[in-house]
Amino acid sequence: MTSVSAEGRAGAPTPEVPPVALGPVEPRWRQRLPLLKQVPFIVLLAAFSVLFIYPFLWLVSASLKTRGDVFNNKLIPSTFAFHNYVSIWHAAPFLRWFANSMYITILAAVLVTFASALTAFAFAYFRFPLRNFLFGCVLATMMLPGVVTMIPVYLIWHHVGLSSSQIPLWAPNLFGSAFYIFLQRQFFMGIPRQYFEAARMDGDNYFTMFWRIAVPIARPALIVTFLFEFKAKWNDLMTPLIYLHGYHQYTVPLGLYDLLGVYSPSAGGSGDYELIMAAFVVSTIPLLLIFAFGQRYFVRGITLQGYKG
Amino acid sequence: MVWGAIISFTNYSVVAPSHGVGLANYRAIASDPYALLSLKNSFEMTAIYVPFEMGLALLFASMLAKITRFDGFFRTVYYLPVMTPTVAIGGMYLLMFNGPYGLVDQFLGIFHIPEPYWLTDPNWIKPGIAAMLVWQVGGNTVLYLAAIKNVPQQLYEAASIDGASAWRRFKDVTLPMISPTLFFTFVILTVYGLQVFDQIYTAFYNPSNAKISSDTSLMYVIYLFQQAFDYLHMGFASAMAWLLFGIIMVITVFQILFSKRFVYYEGEQR
Repeated sequence: MTSVSAEGRAGAPTPEVPPVALGPVEPRWRQRLPLLKQVPFIVLLAAFSVLFIYPFLWLVSASLKTRGDVFNNKLIPSTFAFHNYVSIWHAAPFLRWFANSMYITILAAVLVTFASALTAFAFAYFRFPLRNFLFGCVLATMMLPGVVTMIPVYLIWHHVGLSSSQIPLWAPNLFGSAFYIFLQRQFFMGIPRQYFEAARMDGDNYFTMFWRIAVPIARPALIVTFLFEFKAKWNDLMTPLIYLHGYHQYTVPLGLYDLLGVYSPSAGGSGDYELIMAAFVVSTIPLLLIFAFGQRYFVRGITLQGYKG
Repeated sequence: MVWGAIISFTNYSVVAPSHGVGLANYRAIASDPYALLSLKNSFEMTAIYVPFEMGLALLFASMLAKITRFDGFFRTVYYLPVMTPTVAIGGMYLLMFNGPYGLVDQFLGIFHIPEPYWLTDPNWIKPGIAAMLVWQVGGNTVLYLAAIKNVPQQLYEAASIDGASAWRRFKDVTLPMISPTLFFTFVILTVYGLQVFDQIYTAFYNPSNAKISSDTSLMYVIYLFQQAFDYLHMGFASAMAWLLFGIIMVITVFQILFSKRFVYYEGEQR
């Protein structure tokens, strides 16, 4: 690394600059600010981070307050009401909703990951007539706003007779999703073709080639797909609003939405906002967990998103 | 999808048999005050949201690019809101922006800034919603940060040698080099702003919140959703969806034309 940068310097057309002014050669390609000059930025960033972290602390603290204290905005509750976290499981079929959400989310994320991977592999590996045209069609669906497909998709499910079940929440993922197909195809295209030729010599068929070579190499892309879809499904409110009508079918977002209405004093509810806050905290935990495990993949995925443009 | 285009020309309502009504649905939109109002609301909210989101993301990203200590910590903290369920954000928004009692106004009260009724004052609803969306600025921040870190270091060195100030280096090196990313997010955020549903629906359209769901918070997609699934006006709603699609397409084309002047792609022949 050092030798490369030294060469670069020697060849750089800046002979009039005294070499001392460049300072110590950085081992990395990025020139760093001296630590002292970083301090103002760190202070500013710390100040701003309050904006992002404080609502969380407020939420956790509100979820630990008694009913009378929920609105007092104090950071430390006067009495810690840990029993809120017990009560929510009784106040609503919260456990059931949680299980519903988990199964739909995981199923949907797994399905979309593998369906997209298969499609992406086909687009990356096989050469067939109209390939680019078909890939263009797949990409074109990315441009469609979700609301455009929302109604026809509902009508299809309605005609099949499944429009008030949980199936429409995950089954469409069987067909993959344009953005993920695009993302994974980029990865598969980066795999040298010789790998596959070697595998064929070893007697692999197309599926084992996909499974034993393409999938392990493109694993980061698959993980990104899984994480993104997990987050999207876990948060989704609109689709459950359309399809789920039985109280026990609800997913967590729809249940929370419903609880907000039930407990609201203006609707004659008891105003148990501390329970809702506790439920919010619980509903955030799965996302925080997958974020904690997959943080670097998230950052990577977001960066890949940028290449799309 | 094509079916959606077809039923936008019918009076489909799931229960009754449908028949073609020609352009009547589109004409109905043009004469429906709520459809036009919600379209206007969505545009106004997006117009507030997108510049703030991009500006703050750029500010945070350029600061994050400067530091080498705690950068991982800050990145995580700034990204946390992105990992919060949208329904929880909508619910928290209800309480935190709850007139003078909410956290936000109490905070503003410290500085003796007049405390708006975020949920009911028509002048403050849209900025409030935009603020709620901007809270998730971390996603774009990480995106911009990656773009800034991809700018070749030699460009900065060359600029320094030419005596460029920090501001000039930012304006004439960083901005042009990350302009493709900026442009991409500009398009995506506009589309997102016009379509955002979950948070606003949670905060303003709970059945129990009927008294605070005012004309100002009625976004286009929410009205579309109500028409389709509360009133089962599927044909009308499909027409609304296609109208939105058309509008988004037109906006995107304009953005692309507009961007030709400002966006610099590496390796592009000029």
